[in-house]
Amino acid sequence: MANEQFEPRIVGFLCRWCSYTGADLAGTSRMQYPANLAAIRVMCSGRVDPTFVVKALKDGADGVLIAGCHPGDCHYSEGNYKAMRRYPMLLNLLDQFGIECGRVRLEWISASEGERFAEVVTEFTEQLKALGPLNWQESISALCTGT
Amino acid sequence: MAKPKVAFYWCASCGGCEETIVDLAEDILKVVEAVDIVLWPVALDFKLKDVKAWKPGEVAVAFINGAVRLSEQEEWVKLLREKCSLVVAFGSCAHLGGIPGLANATTRDEIIANKYLRAPTVNNPEGTVPQEKSKVNGFELELPNFWKDVKALDEVIDVDYYLPGCPPPFETVATAVNAILENKLPPKGSVIAPEKALCETCPRNESKPDDLTITSFKRLATSTPDPEKCFLADGFLCMGPATRGGCGERCINGNMPCRGCFGPTPDVLDAGLKMLSAVASRGAADTEQASQDFADSLVDPLGTLYRFSLPVSMLRRRLVPTGDNQ
Ligand code: SF4
Ligand code: SF4
Repeated sequence: MANEQFEPRIVGFLCRWCSYTGADLAGTSRMQYPANLAAIRVMCSGRVDPTFVVKALKDGADGVLIAGCHPGDCHYSEGNYKAMRRYPMLLNLLDQFGIECGRVRLEWISASEGERFAEVVTEFTEQLKALGPLNWQESISALCTGT
Repeated sequence: MAKPKVAFYWCASCGGCEETIVDLAEDILKVVEAVDIVLWPVALDFKLKDVKAWKPGEVAVAFINGAVRLSEQEEWVKLLREKCSLVVAFGSCAHLGGIPGLANATTRDEIIANKYLRAPTVNNPEGTVPQEKSKVNGFELELPNFWKDVKALDEVIDVDYYLPGCPPPFETVATAVNAILENKLPPKGSVIAPEKALCETCPRNESKPDDLTITSFKRLATSTPDPEKCFLADGFLCMGPATRGGCGERCINGNMPCRGCFGPTPDVLDAGLKMLSAVASRGAADTEQASQDFADSLVDPLGTLYRFSLPVSMLRRRLVPTGDNQ
């Protein structure tokens, strides 16, 4: 259900050491990218509990971006490996719940990769436009109520 | 003084919860000495009109087991709520949705099609499926409405206490009954079970290493667990870390990993996601491909992580019909 008018809402959990700084760099370098992402600064991509991702989707996000330091570069040595291991398992689970894997994305973006950040947000926004709105609350109540 | 009146009722359940009571054998006589059983469909014949004739609050407590899926079940539990001073959700299905709640992984239409049209043992050339109203030999017959969604008891009526377990072990039932008889009730809304995770009392806890690492998940269908080792350390998904204790480690002692029937510990928002987070971060994988393989070794994460709690989970049910996802 592609929709020209539809502007996806993306929640981005960005690690403070790399990806948030990368996002900052994209901003200070005046790079252009869609304004669809609401950034939440977290200490580490390893701190992003799958519960956060699900809560965002449930409460109205159309997609969730988790971004952290490249493997090997984690400030806490292996937080991003935890994120890397949880990610495919969460996607497998979401698939069983009928939520497309394209709605959750894990990316490694370093503090110097402002351009990469802008690219990821642009691509992800396009991808979500193609998927259409998730509308979790409404879809679920339609499935739960009525005879 | 008249004996307190007690009602038992069942909704979408397997009958296992009733077994807990029946398993008392002769000891049931002690229960009968202390209370008056005024409703118990599994053993005694009562009709809706008998319950309708009760005065509101006349019955001290209703123990209701099973999830709620039929309009008829809704009618009964609402009536029981009106007539009973206390309502106890008895067992995993009433508490969390339980095994019948796994039906939320599919849709009502799929269930009906599988059961009445597609099953290989079904011969139904006219494609007859249950209808709420039908005419047979000039009579109009009625069936309850089969809801689109399975609900836990407290999504339909106000619940005072929860007795977890599939089924609740008799000791916890006795604790609850005594608390009611002696009027020493815990705060409303309490789950009558310890707040600590099962691992704390598990006899295999000693063999759970502090730096637990899981390389890949094994399946019970194809591997046999070590009879002594912590299941997680042995590569079997065990819900112990995210599940309340108090069950007597029944499964563990039968060499079965915990499936989570006691439900989450009180501070957990979503037991399945917590468990996923915990076990995935314990994986040994250190590349994206290895992480994918590790994830794929956990076959059916939804059914495993939410075996007893799908309807009360954050996502509660599947969004689209099976096979419709991309
Ligand atoms: S994970 Fe399971 S087997 Fe291991 S200590 Fe906890 S309850 Fe026991
Ligand atoms: S070990 Fe787990 S599944 Fe088994 S009875 Fe105890 S809480 Fe329930």
